Amino acid sequence: MARWLKPGVFALSLMPLAWLAWRAFSDDLGVNPVETINRTTGDWALRFLLLALAVTPLRRVTGWAPLARLRRMVGLFAFFYVCLHLASYVGLDLFFDWQALLKDVAKRTYITLGMGCFVLLLPLAVTSTDGMIRRLGGRAWRRLHRLVFPASVLAVAHFWLMVKADIREPLLYAVILSLLLGSRLWRRGRA
Amino acid sequence: MLIRPAPDLRECDVTDRALYLDRRRFLALAAAALFPVGRAGAAPLDYARGVVTLDDKPTSFEAASTYNNYYEFGTDKADPARTAPGRLKTRPWSVVVEGECARPGTIAFEDLVKPHRLEERVYRMRCVEGWSMVIPWVGVPLGELLKRFEPTSKAKFVEFVSLADRDQMPGLRVPILNWPYTEGLRMDEAMHPLTILAVGMYGQELPAQNGAPLRLVVPWKYGFKSIKSIVRIRFSETRPATAWNDYAPREYGFYSNVNPEVDHPRWSQATERRIGEFRRRPTLPFNGYAEQVAGLYAGMDLRVEY
Repeated sequence: MARWLKPGVFALSLMPLAWLAWRAFSDDLGVNPVETINRTTGDWALRFLLLALAVTPLRRVTGWAPLARLRRMVGLFAFFYVCLHLASYVGLDLFFDWQALLKDVAKRTYITLGMGCFVLLLPLAVTSTDGMIRRLGGRAWRRLHRLVFPASVLAVAHFWLMVKADIREPLLYAVILSLLLGSRLWRRGRA
Repeated sequence: MLIRPAPDLRECDVTDRALYLDRRRFLALAAAALFPVGRAGAAPLDYARGVVTLDDKPTSFEAASTYNNYYEFGTDKADPARTAPGRLKTRPWSVVVEGECARPGTIAFEDLVKPHRLEERVYRMRCVEGWSMVIPWVGVPLGELLKRFEPTSKAKFVEFVSLADRDQMPGLRVPILNWPYTEGLRMDEAMHPLTILAVGMYGQELPAQNGAPLRLVVPWKYGFKSIKSIVRIRFSETRPATAWNDYAPREYGFYSNVNPEVDHPRWSQATERRIGEFRRRPTLPFNGYAEQVAGLYAGMDLRVEY
């Protein structure tokens, strides 16, 4: 079973993109297609970020070691969907209006936070290879990759501040994130 | 005030609904016309065509009736089209008219509307969220209708209240806004000839999700001012509380005139995405109706009174 774990999860992780592509292909993106693409890629970026953060707690709870091998891949999928989300915002929504982009990043708190999240995740994706881990050394690499914690907080805040009034969905993500981060703090406190 | 009577009005300025539906739908519609079973709640209306027209191409009926902000029926824009039809009971319907007027009372929907000629008015609709549509409404000028109740000199504002019935509106279980939804206009805004009470769109009765049977349409203001499914109209001396202003006064002003210069605190209002178009387009002051309505706000600082 462990043998099929990684390829299986890899294929599954592509499903949201495949589904979105299928909807685009069959003209089923709804009344506001740009918004649909923006929202869907953003939703999945956030979900994969939380999934990546869930791998280690899940491994500890289940004691199933092979789960550890998923962490990098799920994290990279989070970054992949973050990139799609950013590309859809810059390319589809703003249509490469760089001036509008700069204004948005400077003025709109939720966009500033979202962009901050991307900037924090970028070095993590770049240093995700075995070679980079060796070059940085395990300790420095682990310290650097703690950036995923503030990045995930920024991601949830980005979503929260974007919503007009119905905060139930971002609230759900915030609760999940608190559990994932809280479990780590709790462990540290006991150690 | 003059609504320019569109001197070069041609038949094609007001595109017939069927023409911009796709062909299969057109055939279905033709069949329905031959065998008048009719779509539920889609009674055709008798109205004066093209009273106010636009060069902008109308949004498809499909889009205008499936992409709705009507939180009483759910906060997703696809929710109202799924949950409102069949649930919202639009007949019998009556409206309570009260406050600073000589002839208050409860009036049946039919008696409220019947004395007036229904007019088709093609208006831009700009949502505060940054998207817009062009909708051929069918309705009556609000000012003419309000005059029948003889507002007194104390009537400085008009307040509108939406239906709030938990049995019909599943969204009311979620305390997002302070139900019932309320809106308000200054008296001169309410009496302005562009302001209408709509009973239909695209030549037929309003779909439930668009605010049947009776809704306000104020084309130079953000869409949320155009309150849906009205059950109460009150003339008042003081400015009424309004739903979104109550919820976040810094984000949604009482006036909420469409203004590309005044951003929503969280996003820009300089551009909009017209539904059906890909590129954003610049947002016009007063949603393109500045010539007709800017005078209402002469001397006001629109950055403060947003």
